[in-house]
Amino acid sequence: MTTLQTVFAKAKADDRAALVGYLPAGFPTKDGAIAAATAMVEAGCDVIEIGLPYSDPLMDGPTIQDAVHRALSNGTRIADVLRTVEGVAKTGAATLVMTYWNPIDRYGAERFARDLASAGGVGTITPDLTPEEAGPWREASAAAGIDTVFLVAPSSTDERIKAVVECCTGFVYAASLMGVTGARESVSSSAQGLVERTRAHTDLPVCVGLGVGNGRQAAEVAAYADGVIVGSAFIRRLLDAADEASGLAAVRELGAELAAGVRG
Amino acid sequence: MTATQEPILTAADLAGHGVHGDDPDAQGKFGIFGGRYVPEALIPALDEVAAEYDRARNDPAFLREFDHLLRTYAGRPTTLTEVPRFAEQAGGARIILKREDLTHTGAHKINNVLGQALLTKRLGKTRVIAETGAGQHGVATATAAALMGLECVIYMGAVDCERQALNVARMKLLGATVVPVTNGSQTLKDAINEAFRDWVTNVDRTHYLFGTIAGPHPFPEIVRDFARIIGVEARRQMLELTGALPDAVCAAVGGGSNAIGIFHAFIEDSGLVALHGYEAGGRGLETGEHALTLTAGSVGVLHGSRTYVLQDEEGQTIESHSISAGLDYPGVGPEHAWLKDSGRAVYHGVTDAEAMEAFALLARTEGIIPAIESSHALAGALKLGRELGPEATILVNLSGRGDKDMGTAMKYFDL
Ligand SMILES: Cc1ncc(COP(=O)(O)O)c(C=O)c1O
Repeated sequence: MTTLQTVFAKAKADDRAALVGYLPAGFPTKDGAIAAATAMVEAGCDVIEIGLPYSDPLMDGPTIQDAVHRALSNGTRIADVLRTVEGVAKTGAATLVMTYWNPIDRYGAERFARDLASAGGVGTITPDLTPEEAGPWREASAAAGIDTVFLVAPSSTDERIKAVVECCTGFVYAASLMGVTGARESVSSSAQGLVERTRAHTDLPVCVGLGVGNGRQAAEVAAYADGVIVGSAFIRRLLDAADEASGLAAVRELGAELAAGVRG
Repeated sequence: MTATQEPILTAADLAGHGVHGDDPDAQGKFGIFGGRYVPEALIPALDEVAAEYDRARNDPAFLREFDHLLRTYAGRPTTLTEVPRFAEQAGGARIILKREDLTHTGAHKINNVLGQALLTKRLGKTRVIAETGAGQHGVATATAAALMGLECVIYMGAVDCERQALNVARMKLLGATVVPVTNGSQTLKDAINEAFRDWVTNVDRTHYLFGTIAGPHPFPEIVRDFARIIGVEARRQMLELTGALPDAVCAAVGGGSNAIGIFHAFIEDSGLVALHGYEAGGRGLETGEHALTLTAGSVGVLHGSRTYVLQDEEGQTIESHSISAGLDYPGVGPEHAWLKDSGRAVYHGVTDAEAMEAFALLARTEGIIPAIESSHALAGALKLGRELGPEATILVNLSGRGDKDMGTAMKYFDL
């Protein structure tokens, strides 16, 4: 199992940013998600976030909503999410689960942390869990030996940033802009300032997500962040593909472009 | 009207902390319920709303302005109406209606909207967004936006746009943009998701004018406080009219704003006044097609708040069903979850059929056409009256009028 600490240390030694790819479990199919995430790793992703499909993804834009809807229609359940993590972790990428809080709450925090660790997962990203409510999840995660990643946003005050990074292990997720997930024409100018403000409060790696979709943007972000997070752009390639083989080819192509980007 | 009117709402009615002993704590919790489960990006906006509300409710100028709008624009105080012919079907119990249907725009939603629209101006924001189910909250928001010169965007499930088409037209006429939401169940739940997505994107100039007592802190508290006027008035009016408190207060529960609005002034009358909430039973509990969140749901997190939720064993929201768009919601306000668990209020289901029967009965016996949402409370009062017998007095929140429901009624009754 590759830990986040190993990934970021290695990227730093190579003098580059880490590449983090996101894909929901069960999309485009249950096995197709493992195949696509494996292609992302082979193309150069260091870290994979496996999304846990949830019925009410209120932080997500149309692309991820569409993918998640398909995953749920495929009958994707938590057992499938864990099986996907297991498959992807075998590739050697550090594998996390990104999820809204309610599925973990319902499944049971301790049970989820334990099952995720047994599947080879190294942690979670929980976008709607704030420091005030994070206590039980931090305890369960620490007991299972997995990392807890939380988000900071351009609107975060320094006080909030401090509270959030104190809850983070592994890395800090800096949302580049005020908005939902989805590729954008350009990466928000607020991202760099947010990374700098975050660094003032932590030595953890800071990764930037939301709106990054091509090699040029990846290079731009890699110049100031420790990691570049890409989700919707990978999903878009799969949604637009005529069949599974061309979808995987398109994912590999984008992965390679982004991997070159994070190397400047 | 006399020149020296008592204010309808006093500072004590709004400045609830410590006075009522049932305000949420600093984290927005009612017991284990409530709180904030939202993207970090929204925390500063929620903090800003909470801080401004705290200043506003202790500011006599704000209270005066709110009072003035309630009186001269919304048409408060609303009257009580006793409905003896309707009550013949309720075992002879006395049934008295609190007439929120007579407010401007036709539902209790206007109370909260006027309060939050004033708050929007204090926040220096120029744009309001809102979700709506039945369209009553959307209409009220569009109305206040027109009155105060705010830009207004309303998110409404595509299914609801169809069954409440009249309200869509009203909102457009009032100058609002209505965005039909076509994902998920295409009802209130999905409209709320979409409104949150808008808010996080445009939060610097936008206030999310939340329409019920659900959602992240401080919405459950703010919406309740602005809806409290219903119960504050009704309690005084009951004492004037009957010389006593009612034995029971009945209200429909969707997100829970009209119910908390009328319940709240009676919470301290524990042992004297029973509080009954009626959720939408849809086609019946056994069919799975219902909105029985408190009656049949389980504790979870939805739309930023810990509360009862209709969800499966893995935390996926289960789509609700109700003939009434305003009750068609798989969550409920955290304060109702708290009142349920504490036993202070009890919650029951009323099916589509029972609600439609009460809807028609009130029209024929009393010449009042209620909203289908409110008809759930009326149906509940009929049952309760038969249980309590002729000595009982029951106060029902008639939360809105039924004009918007004529399309549904025409189909249902083949009119
Ligand atoms: C007339 C009326 N009553 C009740 C409701 C349900 O909402 P709440 O439970 O917040 O009062 C609505 C919602 O649209 C409504 O229009």
